[in-house]
Amino acid sequence: MSEAAVAHGHEEHHHGGFVSTYVFSMDHKMIGKQFLLLSLFMMIIGGILALMVRWQLAYPETAVPGMAWVPEPYLYDGIIPPETYNMLFTMHATIMVFFVIIPILVGAFGNFLIPLMIGARDMAFPLLNMLSFWIAAFAGVLMLSSVFVEGGAAAGGWTAYAPLSANPVYTGVGLGQDMWIVAIVVLGISSLMGSINYITTIINLRAPGMTMFRLPLVIWSLFITAILLLLALPELTAAVVMLLFDRRFGTSFFLPEGGGEPILWQHLFWFFGHPEVYILVLPGMGVASEIISVFSRKPIFGYRAMAMAMIAIAFLGWVVWGHHMFQSGMNPTLGMAFMTTTMVIAVPSAIKTFNWLGTLWGGSITFKPPMLYALAFVSMFVIGGLSGIYMAATPVDIFIHDTYFIVGHIHYVVFGGSVFAIFAAISYWFPKMYGKMMNETLSKIHFFGTLIFFNITFFPMHIIGVGGHMRRIYNPTQYEFLLPLQHWNVIMTIGAIGLGLFQIVFAINFFWSMWFGEDAPQNPWNANTLEWEAPTPPPHGNFLEIPTVYRGPYEYSVPGEKEDWLPQAQPVAATAH
Amino acid sequence: MLPWLPENISTYGGDIDYLFKLIFWITAIVFLAVQVTLVWFLIKYRAQPGRKAIYTHGNSLLEIGWTIAPSLILVFLAVLSRSTWDKVKAEIPPVDVTVQVHSKQFNWDIVYPGPDKMFGTEDDLTLENELNVPVHKVVKLELFSNDVIHSFFVPVLRFKQDTMPGRQIDGWFEATKTGVYEIPCAELCGFGHSGMLGHLEVRSAQDYASWVAERWSK
Repeated sequence: MSEAAVAHGHEEHHHGGFVSTYVFSMDHKMIGKQFLLLSLFMMIIGGILALMVRWQLAYPETAVPGMAWVPEPYLYDGIIPPETYNMLFTMHATIMVFFVIIPILVGAFGNFLIPLMIGARDMAFPLLNMLSFWIAAFAGVLMLSSVFVEGGAAAGGWTAYAPLSANPVYTGVGLGQDMWIVAIVVLGISSLMGSINYITTIINLRAPGMTMFRLPLVIWSLFITAILLLLALPELTAAVVMLLFDRRFGTSFFLPEGGGEPILWQHLFWFFGHPEVYILVLPGMGVASEIISVFSRKPIFGYRAMAMAMIAIAFLGWVVWGHHMFQSGMNPTLGMAFMTTTMVIAVPSAIKTFNWLGTLWGGSITFKPPMLYALAFVSMFVIGGLSGIYMAATPVDIFIHDTYFIVGHIHYVVFGGSVFAIFAAISYWFPKMYGKMMNETLSKIHFFGTLIFFNITFFPMHIIGVGGHMRRIYNPTQYEFLLPLQHWNVIMTIGAIGLGLFQIVFAINFFWSMWFGEDAPQNPWNANTLEWEAPTPPPHGNFLEIPTVYRGPYEYSVPGEKEDWLPQAQPVAATAH
Repeated sequence: MLPWLPENISTYGGDIDYLFKLIFWITAIVFLAVQVTLVWFLIKYRAQPGRKAIYTHGNSLLEIGWTIAPSLILVFLAVLSRSTWDKVKAEIPPVDVTVQVHSKQFNWDIVYPGPDKMFGTEDDLTLENELNVPVHKVVKLELFSNDVIHSFFVPVLRFKQDTMPGRQIDGWFEATKTGVYEIPCAELCGFGHSGMLGHLEVRSAQDYASWVAERWSK
């Protein structure tokens, strides 16, 4: 049976040729890698946009270095005009949220890991999977193309509040905002396909013995995230289609002159938008749990509590959306309601943090790069979470809403959290994905540089936010009360440049190691989960023989065992009595 | 963080700042406790030859403990916040002066009702970006928008209220100190969002009376 499976795999491989192996592959591992590469490319673009924003904030109305070639009206001899500035932060956020974080955590790692870690040969629907990548790629092309149409790209913020976004006359952006809407709809279709695949696969294709409570927590996180996407994306799609109709087809969902209600947009957007941010962070929490357990050589502390906490976050995530709207003019009573639910949702995240600490307690900790990134995830996410408490308190939010305090919070949870989790996941599973080891020294240099410059770039945002520095403003020096804070903008920009430069180290490490890295052993981390049972890198069909699961994923340092790890698929030793 | 808060010249600003400081101390303590514990564990439990990790799957008592403790703190914060929120957003005290703010791309049109205290009459006066109020008096703002969503933000008053086209939204404040203060717009409203700036001029009783007399002398 096993030989036939391998032979079949080889045959498939040779039959395909370049196009069906690398372009229209239906192998979840290849699709996962396609998502990864597309997203890393988008991350570069999103990062450059952010650097331009930071340049303008530190040195308003001066030429951005290296950008003198950009034609008018985008830039004027390298100087960013206000119209372009609004496009820069709009597209930065849109690209990072929709085309980087979700495609990497959910598209790349969801795809690569789910079948391998549950002991399946591939996803339930391989063709659907292949389509989901190419539809996402098409959405990316649409989104990037929107920059080049007349009027430029969307400029109403990634939150696209109506009426600003609902009538082209308010921003001067025409087709670009419409393309933004269409790209989001198309991307949503890709995500929905992925969700259907992941949920079906996890429910139906688990290997014998792999009960739900023997699933690795990263699979739990991806399962829950897939359900959130399934429920949230159609609602967003409806909202943006309504926006498109207001813009182009004469409706007035959000336009008051036609009887519409602008605040409806906010409700519709944030009803999606809040579950969305948990979509962004939950897989990161799953990744952190995997890695912390492996590199502490200890079971995860409170496995069931960890799974339940993720479910609680997912549930509660549906009833907190109004906290983005405390100052919107909605009924103040709603402010109280949403404050209460928002305070409550902090609890499961706190539980998870304590459980990660509990996992480290009494452990035997090694500081390989995946562990460094995972620890940074926990540390930075705690800061992001704590800053959220200020905003949850509605009276305090009166002051800090729409200031840089919020921007600081966002980046601590999404960069400090999700992006560090992405680096952790890449460095941890790279050996399995590419059959090579990443260079440990380069990884450590990247880690420390990123951690230090990340904090230099984003911590002062809390400070200037407390000083009242607003978001999305083009020139802080226009405000007298902000002048004493301006030096922080310069510090943050220098930090951002440093942060950007250190990512070059990662890029070099990633691509160089892929071809010239040291060959990876089958299980370089001595980890228990099923993906390490498969050859490195795994062939089509993943396993020579489908494994049987005998235990949970975190049986490390089991007393009486010779090794400090005990794979899920290792048969229970016959007791000699 | 605290030294960067702008000065407070608002009667309810103190309540808001109190909550801010309380949360600051609670989060600072939790932050330190968590980060120090993290680093301590990393040092104490780093891999050492001969020592095996402790095999445990968790502790129910601890789970319950660290579920209840944060919940209590957070519920406490929510309860404390309630009265301030009601005071600022839900209730308006007896009003001394009413002014309308008509926000538009990219200015605050401030409309004063004039001596007849009624809007829409001949003695109404519109000033661009200039909000004149008497000190120690309750000022009610009726906020409108002519086009997109803006946000009337006065940092020193701890006042922020989004304006919405198609709707009247009311807010209030009582300034405790005279002076001139900036009123930025705090909601992205288009390419002129940055620099959309008004000025609040809080005047002493005498000064305010002279201003009124001068403005409506015709």
